[in-house]
Amino acid sequence: MAKAVIAALVARFPDDVYEPYEGVGGDDCAFVRKDGIARVCAFLRADPAMAFNLAPYITAVDYLGAEPRFEVVYNLYSTVRNHRIRLRVKVPESDLEVESVTPVWAGADWFERYCLDMYGIRFPGHPDPRRLLMYDEFVGHPLRKDYPLRGRQPLVPEREVKDLYRGPGPGGRD
Amino acid sequence: MALSLPNDYVVTKLDVLANWVRKNSLWPMPFATACCGIELMAVGASRHDIARFGAEAMRFSPRQCDLMIVAGRVVMKMVPVMQRIWLQMPEPKWCISMGACASSGGVFDAYATVQGIDRFIPVDIYIPGCPPRPEQVLDGLMLLQRKVQNQSHKLIDRPPGPVLPAGGER
Repeated sequence: MAKAVIAALVARFPDDVYEPYEGVGGDDCAFVRKDGIARVCAFLRADPAMAFNLAPYITAVDYLGAEPRFEVVYNLYSTVRNHRIRLRVKVPESDLEVESVTPVWAGADWFERYCLDMYGIRFPGHPDPRRLLMYDEFVGHPLRKDYPLRGRQPLVPEREVKDLYRGPGPGGRD
Repeated sequence: MALSLPNDYVVTKLDVLANWVRKNSLWPMPFATACCGIELMAVGASRHDIARFGAEAMRFSPRQCDLMIVAGRVVMKMVPVMQRIWLQMPEPKWCISMGACASSGGVFDAYATVQGIDRFIPVDIYIPGCPPRPEQVLDGLMLLQRKVQNQSHKLIDRPPGPVLPAGGER
């Protein structure tokens, strides 16, 4: 549905936007180079034919074993034009910084904090870069593929529980 | 010099009276974090009525409650808050762990979820279920009432009796 949008985007930013494709269910997606995401997003917001005024979801993916390892996915929607696109930014583990799009969409604030908390991807230019969901004493980024599922970290000392079924302490069974 | 009272009739009956009063006016502090909180609301509603047991006064201030019902999964980030609420409740106080997640972590054996709140606060009654039926919550409340009835008063120096004495409750 937004193929014209993707085509115009590729024409406008031939260096930054590459490999447009149609995803599952008819979503129109494209890859964007990490260095150009800020200007691409600013254009998408400002241009009246694009008019992407809403970023409903910005998240990250960990492809452990692939290089580059991470990917930040921007889902964008225009309430004015009623079209959606998805932009994917590949982020290598050696350079875990993507310029923040919070100046473009204020709603991207918490999504970028979530990506920082869960994956460790930093967003320079973010107004309030701190953890969102986990507590501050938590060490590590839990949604990375190499973080153990049951990697609980104690915050408060525990009582003695004599129990047969549950694992010992916050470490659990891992 | 400790004061030791004999285990005589008057003191025993005062004990029974005080516990009877306490068990029939357990004011819950609904520590509802997740889906079990909805079932707790259903318990407080009209069909399964917790007011029959004197517990309809669900005050959200822990200073005014004597029963904390932890309903729902508790994450490690929430545990200091839960402990603070527990410590703010005045004695005598009891705790019901409602649902599988509060009792043992439930299906969430992951990096954030506490595997049972009894690792952090003392729990009296565990109610299984995901979520437990309101009737099951009321059954747990009634079990707690039996425990309260059989508790000894703290001023009287006597070892506590069994929770469920043989031959039914007094």
